[in-house]
Order: sequence, then structure tokens, then C-alpha cells
Amino acid sequence: MDIIVKETGTLNVKRGLAEMLKGGVIMDVVNPEQAKIAEEAGAVAVMALERVPSDIRAQGGVARMSDPEMIIGIQEAVSIPVMAKARIGHIIEARVLEALDIDFIDESEVLTPADDVYHILKSAFRVPFVCGARNLGEALRRVGEGAAMIRTKGEAGTGDVVEAVRHIRRVNEDIQRVVSATPMELMTLAKDMGAPYELVVEVKNLGRLPVVNFAAGGVATPADAALMMELGCDGVFVGSGIFKSGDPARRAKAIVEAVAHYKDAALIADVSKGLGEAMRGQSVAQLDDRDRLAGRGW
Amino acid sequence: MKVGILALQGAVREHRHILHTLGVETVDVLSSCDLDGICGLILPGGESTTMGKLLVRYGLLDPIAELGRRGMPVFGTCTGLILLSKHINHSDQYRLGLMDTFVERNAFGRQLASFEADMYIPVLGKTPFHTVFIRAPYIEKADSNVNILLRYDNRILFAEQDNFLAAAFHPELTDDTRIHAYFLEKAAAFHKI
Repeated sequence: MDIIVKETGTLNVKRGLAEMLKGGVIMDVVNPEQAKIAEEAGAVAVMALERVPSDIRAQGGVARMSDPEMIIGIQEAVSIPVMAKARIGHIIEARVLEALDIDFIDESEVLTPADDVYHILKSAFRVPFVCGARNLGEALRRVGEGAAMIRTKGEAGTGDVVEAVRHIRRVNEDIQRVVSATPMELMTLAKDMGAPYELVVEVKNLGRLPVVNFAAGGVATPADAALMMELGCDGVFVGSGIFKSGDPARRAKAIVEAVAHYKDAALIADVSKGLGEAMRGQSVAQLDDRDRLAGRGW
Repeated sequence: MKVGILALQGAVREHRHILHTLGVETVDVLSSCDLDGICGLILPGGESTTMGKLLVRYGLLDPIAELGRRGMPVFGTCTGLILLSKHINHSDQYRLGLMDTFVERNAFGRQLASFEADMYIPVLGKTPFHTVFIRAPYIEKADSNVNILLRYDNRILFAEQDNFLAAAFHPELTDDTRIHAYFLEKAAAFHKI
């Protein structure tokens, strides 16, 4: 059969993979054993990292890209997509992850930023990127740089969902402002939000972000995950919430089911029974400003 | 005529959009009661291990397989092609097992090997179809009762067997409605019975 032109690494295939993850749960894992538990529970992808956010928070120090050997071990252990984190602005960590044939890179505020002014030009890569955002302007700046997927920043490693809720509500409110604006108002809106004008126009036409938007940062229970879906997220990242809890395998499975059936409260009640202890967590309201990760990103 | 879309996970919105463009009513299928009164079912792209597990946990696997065996048209894209197949190489994951095909998962490689291309698909006419492959599977081989609709590089990428239709790519990620229209012909024929 004839084929006309074959292209890889295009915007379509980058955004396309994110579309396939919709309605799913992406779980942070630090070794192949955890990756297998995540896959068995029904995760749509795993995020390979050296320390989950709550440990980064507790132990301090500089958080960097993971050891390639650990990433390869996880790639060999599971058949679902494997993601990994690069530091904000760290072009070389991102190139290394691309060389490892990683499926998705998270340019993440959870790691210690490598550049305090610029983000990676993600359109220059063949591998897709996901980035955190707290509002529409930040989301569209990342999309403008080439991100194929957005997630709320939330406040990673706290087990407190309030920031993730704040961020998705803010994105939704910003989208409503754009949708209800007249064409004449869009340039000033773009200026005020710090967003590329063309992408603001696209949001107005679509009535939503041009890429998939997941929840992240503080999701700890099946009900938290379902709440984020109810608020309009396309799926959920769970970091410390699973493997810092009493029974990770059961909690992971319960969160997957709560996301797939987020409108079914009876089902969420059922899967939430006897899950053991949730991660202990830390209230975001009691955090010092310097301990907040969501402020990283420009 | 109502067509169901398996809505446990994956590219549900895109299939819904195309069917609505074609003027067809859709139902999101989350539990077995959603299967009542549909005359066709679409299995969207997503993660096949996730979808297989959720199909089993919520008692959907057997009812869907039974409807398929009774003649209800089922169209699977990517993950859906895997779920439709009787044989999945190197895997014992859950499946509907309705087509006599041997499937290789993630067969082109990881995400960096994902690609898009225009391909000629004779059954759709002379205009090429824009195909998008995301960590795609392919059918390695199929029994003689499977009608092969697209083969490239000795890999089967689009095939049908009676009331079942399977694509390794994602027609739902394009604006081209021809493959969905082709499936709807099967659904309309079933609707008349």
C-alpha cells in the first residue's frame, strides 16, 4: 500500500498521546516494583522519579532528573507509557530523557528549577511535554512553548487538594472570561493574562484549552480524584498520595475506579471503604511561602 | 439509531464529536445498563490494560462480547483493536476476543515512533486518509475470514470481520468522517434487523 508522507514528533502525535490518557490516572513511582503495582491497578501511565514530592519536601536538597538506570528499569517493567521529570529550563536533562526514549517529559516545578527566567522550548523536541499551570495565562505560555498537555500545579507532596482546586477553578474562570469576551477585547485580555494572543483566540473558538488538562498536586483519596474530574479536569496525576499511604495497591485501584466513574457517588463510597491510612499530609495554609513549589515557573 | 461509546477512559470526546457531526445519537457506556438499545459500539483509543481491567471490574466484558457474537457491530480504534482481538502476543491481558487476529502491542515502538501519514485505503475511495498512529499496535496476522482493508510494510493496520471493524490508527483525531460512516453502515444494517 502506498504511503504519502510519514512524520514523527508532530504536534498531532504529541497532543494525541495526551488525548489517549484522558479519564485516567498517572502515578508517581520510584522503582520497577511500584510501577508494576501501578500498572496492575489500572494506571494509564507512570511518572518515574527518584523521590516522591513529599520526600523531596521532607528531605530538602536539590531535586534533579532521575537516574537513567532507574528509568530504564521502569520502562522494562511495564507496557504503559513512562513519563519522567526534568527541571524547569534544564534543556540537557530533557534531551537525556528524550534519548532514553521516554514517552512524556514533565518540565516540573517539583524539581529544583535550573533556570529562573526561561522554560524549555518544548516545540524543539520530538517528545511531548506536560507542564504545570495555576491560571490560563501560565497554561497558554507553556502551550506556546510547545507543551502538549497541561496539569494544575496544586501543591505537590502535601496531600492537601486545596491548591489543585484553586488552580482548576481559576483556569475555568479565565476560560469563561475569554469565551464571553468580544473579539475586540481579546488582545487586552491576552496582555493582562500574559498569554499569546493566537492561543487566546483558539481558546475562545474551542471553549476550552487546546490541549488536555490534568489535575495534580495534593490528590490523596478517591474522592479527591473524583472532585478534580467533577471540576472539569481530563484526568489525574497522583504523586505521594498512593505510595505514602497504608495500602498502595488498593488505594491505587480505588483512585482509578473513582476517576472512571466520578459521577457515581455510591461507587466511590464502595471503593473508599477500608483503604487504610491516607498519606498524613500537611495543610497548605500552614506552609511557609518558601516551601511552596507552585510559585516556581515563569 | 443510537451508538454507544465505551467511556471508561481514553479518546471518548473525539468519537462523540465525529458521530454527532454525522447526525448520530451517542451514549457513553460506563455500565452494562448503558448497552440497552444501542445498535453499535465504539471502543476508543486509550490504554488497553486500563480499559481491560475496568471492563472486567464493572461486568462489561461478557455482555459486550455476547452482543458482538449476536451480531452487534463493534468498531475498535488502537486500544479497541487490541480488545477485539482473540490473540495478543506476549500478553494475558483482558480482551473481548471477537476477531481472529494476532495483535502486537506498542508494535512500532514508544512515543517517539508515533507517526502520522496519508494512506490510500481502497474501500474509502481514491482520496487518501490521514492516519495518526500513537504507540500503536498492528495485526501481525489474521485468519482467512478477516478482510484486510489496509496493509503497510507487511503489517495489517485496518481490518474487518463480519460485524467487527478494527483500526490501528485514530480516525477520531482527524476531521475525516469516512471510516465512521463506513462503520455506521454496519450499525444501520443491524438496526433494521
